[in-house]
Amino acid sequence: MAVREITYREALKEAMREEMLRDETIFLIGEDIADPHGGSYKVTAGLSTEFGLDRVIQTPISEQGFIGTAVGAALMGRRPVAEILYIDFCTMAMDQIVNQAAKIRYMSGGQAKVPLVIRTQGGMGRSSAAQHAQSLEAWFVHTPGLLVAMPSTPYDAKGLLKTAIRLDDPVIFIEHKLLYNTKGPVPEEEYTIPFGVADVKREGRDCTVVATSRTVLMALEAAEALEREGISVEVVDPRTLFPLDVETIVGSVKKTSRLVVVHEAVERCGFGAEVVAQVAEKAYGYVDAPIVRVCAPSVPAPFARQMEDYVMVDAKKIADRVRQLVRGEI
Amino acid sequence: MSAKKTEATTEAPPEDLTREQLLGMYRRMRLIRAFEDKAKERFEAGEIAGFLHLSQGQEAVPVGVCWALGPRDYITSTHRGHGDVIAKGCEVKRMFAELYGRATGYCKGKGGSMHIADFSQGIIGATGIVSGSLPTSVGIGMGIKQRGGDEVVVCFFGDGATAEGGFHEALNLASLWQVPVVFVCQNNLYGLSQPWEKTAYKCDLVARVGTYHIPGECVDGMDVIAVHRAARKAVERARRGGGPGFIEAKTYRFLGHYVGDPALYMPAEEREAWRKRDAIVKLRGQLLAWGYLTEAEDEAMGAEVAAEIEAGVEYAKASPLAAPETALDELYVHFDYLGNPR
Repeated sequence: MAVREITYREALKEAMREEMLRDETIFLIGEDIADPHGGSYKVTAGLSTEFGLDRVIQTPISEQGFIGTAVGAALMGRRPVAEILYIDFCTMAMDQIVNQAAKIRYMSGGQAKVPLVIRTQGGMGRSSAAQHAQSLEAWFVHTPGLLVAMPSTPYDAKGLLKTAIRLDDPVIFIEHKLLYNTKGPVPEEEYTIPFGVADVKREGRDCTVVATSRTVLMALEAAEALEREGISVEVVDPRTLFPLDVETIVGSVKKTSRLVVVHEAVERCGFGAEVVAQVAEKAYGYVDAPIVRVCAPSVPAPFARQMEDYVMVDAKKIADRVRQLVRGEI
Repeated sequence: MSAKKTEATTEAPPEDLTREQLLGMYRRMRLIRAFEDKAKERFEAGEIAGFLHLSQGQEAVPVGVCWALGPRDYITSTHRGHGDVIAKGCEVKRMFAELYGRATGYCKGKGGSMHIADFSQGIIGATGIVSGSLPTSVGIGMGIKQRGGDEVVVCFFGDGATAEGGFHEALNLASLWQVPVVFVCQNNLYGLSQPWEKTAYKCDLVARVGTYHIPGECVDGMDVIAVHRAARKAVERARRGGGPGFIEAKTYRFLGHYVGDPALYMPAEEREAWRKRDAIVKLRGQLLAWGYLTEAEDEAMGAEVAAEIEAGVEYAKASPLAAPETALDELYVHFDYLGNPR
């Protein structure tokens, strides 16, 4: 396979472009997504020029309205890919996401399907402060009827987005604002990544780190540092938070007998709690140390860089916790 | 409906509606009233669970509107949606089955009173969230437009929805994108217990909606013919590509917000005055006066409607209960409720 290095941004754009060429019922909808603006994070740049403004529909600042529009169009057999600029703004559209998109199939007794993808991005690291830096994935994982993906690499971003667009269920597809410029190998040939299949990003013996989105990169950095100290870390990236590949996570913990769960969202009732519970239920007796979470404390994202750094997960915090765990200091 | 007394009409029969059409509307209005009367009775007898939001008094609105629609057109509805879905073509027997939690119900017992849907007839489920269906209706209109269809979607909602953000976002987008949506506000004068005049300052809805450049009309919601004419105009315009339309139908909720609500906030004299304007009674009087209906035919129709309702309840009761474990079905297309691939 021919593999080149492209950015996370380019990988996402390729996924949408290829799918739009394949299926004319797919259309994009959102704020500022058309050219010349091309999306606030430039993910959709060029697509309106190529496909026209009927397939790349620019909307007013109107999240409830255009997500509702996407839901209705999905009910009509169209395949909308909506973009909510910041995951924080999902709050404006929560009725349409949670009460409508997630429920219509179920409450109609299976008469309908909602093939809708909502692309959005979250995460800290740019001094974006409390209303532009949240990680709200747990809200959506907690809502029956939604699928949730959080890719960490360009390869995963492309393969998962193509799958998301082809699925007939509503998908919340959460990107990370600091991943758009990261580069990685992406094959030129067509490929997709199934939902519910975790990726072991690095194999190891002493401790399993389950990490999501950008924290996967931090976990890999931590694993590399720890390797030099003789500690071997296995990094598991669930890639989709629902469906969740519990089997791979549990299998890894059974092998390493230690677990650290990492995410940028606040710890309280975060996605990590679900991972911990699954492991407690399914690998009880295999775990030789306390299960530890490395997450943000339960405060809003602060603005000042030093404060944001203080609350945000990083490679050092992950490495410190893993080291303590492996040395039996916790 | 027991009321027999009717006021004589001096109007001539309408030229734009046949006797058959008018009798059809009349029968459908009676069917809605009888369905809800029976549902209330069975609910009070403890046979039906959950909530019942009844629409007694409002029947002329959905019937008048849906008579302007074809089988391929769509409607969305609200928590008070029994009348809307019957007007579009839902069968009462499968509606009763839904209320009774039976496997034969429209939603297999998963939706209940607030979510009855029949996608095969363009009846997109009712939603329990006030104004929730307005943005979705814009999307249905967009979907129709994208696939080059000439169908129209009617979005029913109450006056309460007009204070919600979703109302304004939907109107703005519908107008911006010129989608074939007819917004029909069933202004029954109450949102929960709040009288209309206390929820919107000196509001003229047609004028308010007009600022979005959506043509609108305010009609007497107790006059099915007036409602129908307004709907026909708006639906035909939308079908021709003329963009969205709006109808405010002034009507009245004869009962409280839900069965069990004593509705102490609705003044007795106001209720009495509106009951005297009952749309079903009015149409009956007109049909009799025009020689379109005899007392004997009217009674026969009443018996027929009552029989349909009774048969519906019997069908529901004879149907198997939805199996408890089916609660875990039909959430996702591709996965089971735990996330395992299907």
